[in-house]
Amino acid sequence: MILHRRDILRALSAGGAAGLLGATLPYPAFAQQKKLRIAMVVKVLGITYFDVSRHGGQKAADELGDVELIYTAPTKATVEDQIQVIDSLIAQRVDALVISANDANALVPTAKKAMARGIKVLSFDSGIAPEGRIMHVNAPHDDLIGASDVQNIAKTLNYQGEVAILSATSQATNQNLWIVKMKDEWKKPEYAKMPLVSVVYGDDVLDKSYREAQGLFKAFPNLRGIISPTAVGIIGASKAVGDAGLTGKVFVTGHGLPSEVKPAMDAGIIQTFQLWNPADLGYAGVMFAGLIARGQATGAPNTTTHIGYLGDMPIESDGQTYLPKLLVFDKSNIDEFAKQF
Amino acid sequence: MSQFSSSPESGAVHAGAATRLRGLLLRWETALVLLLAAAIAVNSVISPYFLDIYNLSDATTNFSEQAIVALPMTLLILVGEIDLSVAAIIAVVSLAIGVCSDQGMAPYGLMLVGLAVGALCGAFNGALVAGLRLPSIVVTIGTMSLFRGIAQVALGDQAITNYAPEFQSFGQGYVVSWPPVPNSFALFLGLALVFGVVLHRTRYGRALYAIGNNAVAARFSGLNVARTRFVLFVMSGLLCGLASVLLTARIGSTRPNIATGWELSIVTMVVLGGVSFEGGKGTIPGVVLAIFILGTITWGLSLVNFAGIEISVVIGAILIVTIAAPLVLKRLARRFASGSS
Repeated sequence: MILHRRDILRALSAGGAAGLLGATLPYPAFAQQKKLRIAMVVKVLGITYFDVSRHGGQKAADELGDVELIYTAPTKATVEDQIQVIDSLIAQRVDALVISANDANALVPTAKKAMARGIKVLSFDSGIAPEGRIMHVNAPHDDLIGASDVQNIAKTLNYQGEVAILSATSQATNQNLWIVKMKDEWKKPEYAKMPLVSVVYGDDVLDKSYREAQGLFKAFPNLRGIISPTAVGIIGASKAVGDAGLTGKVFVTGHGLPSEVKPAMDAGIIQTFQLWNPADLGYAGVMFAGLIARGQATGAPNTTTHIGYLGDMPIESDGQTYLPKLLVFDKSNIDEFAKQF
Repeated sequence: MSQFSSSPESGAVHAGAATRLRGLLLRWETALVLLLAAAIAVNSVISPYFLDIYNLSDATTNFSEQAIVALPMTLLILVGEIDLSVAAIIAVVSLAIGVCSDQGMAPYGLMLVGLAVGALCGAFNGALVAGLRLPSIVVTIGTMSLFRGIAQVALGDQAITNYAPEFQSFGQGYVVSWPPVPNSFALFLGLALVFGVVLHRTRYGRALYAIGNNAVAARFSGLNVARTRFVLFVMSGLLCGLASVLLTARIGSTRPNIATGWELSIVTMVVLGGVSFEGGKGTIPGVVLAIFILGTITWGLSLVNFAGIEISVVIGAILIVTIAAPLVLKRLARRFASGSS
């Protein structure tokens, strides 16, 4: 029989050395712990991004010990279908709900009902309005994302050449925030020779993004770089660069899924791009939920909790905690992540 | 004025057909009752949370709005028509309510706006079908895109969410607190009673069966077929308006994707209820039973965390089996009868 270190530790801790050994382990699996049922509800089934976040959630559940993770979502990304799913989880009296909301406000009555029945409600990825959740686990800070976008293209272009932004729709909340933060970063002196020449909108439609990129080539013959902070835009822009024979002259960066962006990176059109790791979001969401349900954390604003491999995560005064780091992809790690999402 | 009356000779013809028809319908509804009993029994066994009055009450809110629209849909299919634009009408009505709410209209005003816009949409469908004599399936596929498109163009990726609490309480409230009967469910039960009485106990109801069985003959016997069709489409639009008011108030949010896919759920309710696309066949009690069966199965499966897609598969299978089984049995019986004679 092979004894794993975890088994030995568990046996010892159960045998009375709990206090001593427990201090050396972040999450000791006490035998008397109540089995928790944590439900992770995402926007819709069949999305790779969320499947990856589920793996993170499962990892957290394993580390917490004695946790059953229920992963579910509606078939359509509508809020009324999501309410139906959440209602059935409330009926099962799960211990905690970790939700990526299809509508921040519309889930509030259902979330309040859950909390009234003693269920801990958290949101992750896409938040529920503050009155409907204890806390929200968010992607990295907007200023971190915006600054990093500009740094990525600057690294590729060696801080020289005209750059344009190809965004989603002109009303897209996230993209507009990021563009503001990019412009803040751009004010720094090191970007003096790398001006931002235009912001255009591809409406998150592949064909429109492609045509907008073509328009940029015509309007700015000296264009060297495009930042596209949307998973659709980055593909459209890369394809336009390749088709126009501008590979090696115009470079693209932005946000995208590694598996989708890999061909453009292999073709030399993209050198670096970024995203946060959806697995980190799921991990942090389930870990917070488990600790709050067991009374080992409050999830209250202005508190800090140790979240496994992500380290100490502070909850800010708005009741949100932000992932500490971005995931920047380049030649060295693209193959590994393209297999995941 | 309708010239339709039950003269002695047509009454005699009716009596013969009625006994045969009644025998058939009785069997269909008996089958539905058995199916419902089986669904309840299975659910109580597989989930300890099913037979809980609060949980059952939550379950009704998730199908009541669709069930309200299933009532006029029953009459439409009964007369050989269909309205596939119902979900899109719900979306455009929700948009109208949202715009008026942003202008500061009072809750009761919003309800009236909802009913009026719904009825207008229905009248548009009705005018095209009855006035221009276009096939309703073609017209309502067109208006499905038209109405949904209006909501999508007007809202983009934005949502209207600042509904007054008094308005929201209409969709979230209960008629009586014990047993907890939600407003929407009570409205559905009341309307089902009205529709049942009108269809099965009045001259107007008999006229609908006559039109469904043979529209040409019905017109020659003096029925105003075009006007009846027009009125039914207006009725469908009006109740879509009511459903939209209830749904918008319940979730407190208007998004362009609101009620996506509801037209198929609603048609499923009607078809499982035994209403035939050939026209002239079907009852309100059958449809009400089918609504309870579908609601029970969906709720039961979500309590044991079946994914939405798996629930769709189960419901699809049940639908095909219940529709096919009587036909197959009838065909077998006929073969047996002709073989023995």
